[in-house]
Amino acid sequence: MMGADFVQFSLVPILIGIFASVACALPGNFLILRRQALIGDAISHVVLPGIVVAFLLTGTVAALPMLIGAAGAALTAVILIEAVKRLGGIESGAAMGVVFTTLFAGGVLLLEQSDTSNVHIDVEHALMGNLESLIWFRATGWASLWDPVALSSLPQELPRMAMACCLVIVLMMIFWRWLKIATFDESFAQVLGIPATGVGVGLVITAAIAAVAAFDAVGSIIVIAMFICPPAAARLMTNTLTAQVWWSVAFATLSAILGYVFAGYGPMWFGSQNAVSAAGMIAVVSGIILGLACVFGPYRARTGADRAPPAL
Amino acid sequence: MTPLVDALLLQSGYNAALVAIGAALLGFSTGATGTFLFLRKRALVSDATAHATLPGVGLAFICMVSLGGDGRNLIGLMLGSAVTATVGLMIVEWISRRTRLAEDAAIGAVLGSFFGLGVVLLTMIQTMSAGRQAGLEGFLLGATAGMLFQDAVVIAIGGVLAVFATWVLRRPMTLVAFDAEYAAAMGYDVRKIDLMMMGIVMVITVVGLKLVGLILIVAMLIIPPVAARFWTDRSNRLIWIAGFIGAVSGYLGAALSASAPAMPTGPLIVLTAATVFFFSLLFAPERGIAAAVVRQRRFQARVHRRQGLLALARQEPIREPFTLRLLSREGLIRPDGVPTETGRAKASKVARDERRWDIARKVHQDAGLTGRYDGLTPIEEIFTPDEIQDFDRQIGPPVAVGALYDGG
Repeated sequence: MMGADFVQFSLVPILIGIFASVACALPGNFLILRRQALIGDAISHVVLPGIVVAFLLTGTVAALPMLIGAAGAALTAVILIEAVKRLGGIESGAAMGVVFTTLFAGGVLLLEQSDTSNVHIDVEHALMGNLESLIWFRATGWASLWDPVALSSLPQELPRMAMACCLVIVLMMIFWRWLKIATFDESFAQVLGIPATGVGVGLVITAAIAAVAAFDAVGSIIVIAMFICPPAAARLMTNTLTAQVWWSVAFATLSAILGYVFAGYGPMWFGSQNAVSAAGMIAVVSGIILGLACVFGPYRARTGADRAPPAL
Repeated sequence: MTPLVDALLLQSGYNAALVAIGAALLGFSTGATGTFLFLRKRALVSDATAHATLPGVGLAFICMVSLGGDGRNLIGLMLGSAVTATVGLMIVEWISRRTRLAEDAAIGAVLGSFFGLGVVLLTMIQTMSAGRQAGLEGFLLGATAGMLFQDAVVIAIGGVLAVFATWVLRRPMTLVAFDAEYAAAMGYDVRKIDLMMMGIVMVITVVGLKLVGLILIVAMLIIPPVAARFWTDRSNRLIWIAGFIGAVSGYLGAALSASAPAMPTGPLIVLTAATVFFFSLLFAPERGIAAAVVRQRRFQARVHRRQGLLALARQEPIREPFTLRLLSREGLIRPDGVPTETGRAKASKVARDERRWDIARKVHQDAGLTGRYDGLTPIEEIFTPDEIQDFDRQIGPPVAVGALYDGG
């Protein structure tokens, strides 16, 4: 299982899965604490219209226009949500629901209307991703990791996702103090001269970058699940922000590895030949981890919720 | 336009007519049942419900095939999706009640992991030897091409039941939506009412799944009530207006989709509803943006008119361009800035009212009345004619503009 086949078929998808999961889970921590968890959901839905528009404008499925289109759509969605909320006096959940479903519907309509049948964009691919197909053809074993010829044939999704993940990590480290203060006490942040609104917008944009990069490789299910499940589970493990972030990274990594292994090798254990969707399985594993945290997590109860009375 | 007119008049063939009627029925019931979800500020719970139907569809298919059945039996698939949607709802409720996580995190977690499970099951079905081409992907975005009479009947029955249940439960649900604690104090079981509300939403989600798909059914539950909210402040009317908007969107969307090729029904229904929402956002009386702009402009005009008239009364020059334009448009000043006859009369009235207010503040220590001074409300609306006469006796007779401050 850990031989040449593993390097060729499984190493790259697992690494991409880990990078994608971590890149989404990191901003997810703050989204959860700010009660904006569903921004991740909204972003991952509007990515579809974004890439369709980018395709219609450029006529190619190259990575860069797709990324720009998707990021633009995410930003548009966030602005529209804010506009509907303020101008219409609509509460944020409903405003989100109106905006992202409308944009998604627009994306599907555009997709059906345009001649994209010969191109590799379709709704199912957008939803489910295609982690399994990211195979490292030239790899012959672990030695290929030091072989420049083999390395040059690595699927381009891997460096792209790794870069996105690094970008998210760097941004988070630079703005850590601002993020922390603005998340827990916005007024205090303003007193200190921290641009709290700007930090909020920056967080959403970072989340969009992570979502868009991950979406390209793994589809939108992982994106939604990873924004929420690992950070939520981490929230139930600790009361310290730093520890929570580390927990979420650990949970995200674990979900990616276990999810891929279950999807790829699980069916064989039951005697079936065909693997199931890795992206879906990663989401399921993250959900199970959250479920376990909800039942056993040391800090699962709400502060002040009824607990067993102390023994006298 | 002819194909569209044909479709609108149900003349585009049996299937198109069936889809249009089914979509209208579905739109009415999603709009009406989504109303309380929106009022309770839990609109996105429907998103979790809808995504949680997918594993149910897959499980039901696998069960039916392994029992030797067809696997595509709509009733069976609906039952399966109802089961997992209910499980998903219960988990959302359980997480937000028992742990410190907020409801939005619970919604997102259930949505993501259940949808992931659904995709896993779909890929399993694709590779199952008995699966053939299952066509379950239709549940993602809806598939109307093969809609049967039986499907329309299912939608009609499910829709009627859901609307009826909404109507029966409208009082407790309204109470819980507006003041849950008061409802609890009145002896209502808030949790049970919430669960029933979600149950109704779950039923209608399952019913509409085949027609518009699980992603867009969310839009049909959210957009019509949000659009309807612009037109009324009464929850009883909101249900019917939302239902009406939903029905119109469903019918128009289905007709549009039948009138041309490559026009998917679900997205068109949603975009029609979104157009209605956008129109409402812009043009609704009271709550619309246009109405707010008009209100703002009127208020601005009142402030500027008053300031201008006071300046006239004090014989101060006016330099503010908007005030000058306003006063000359209303014939209160001549183009050279000299007040007209009407302008002088109005200015003296405004100045006199100011003096009346000064007296009123001396006479009435009651801040409840004098506190309503904002410079814009006419004094006649606050004090009785007797009282105003009283103030006037203390001021003395009316004075022409220019005379009042000249001596001083």
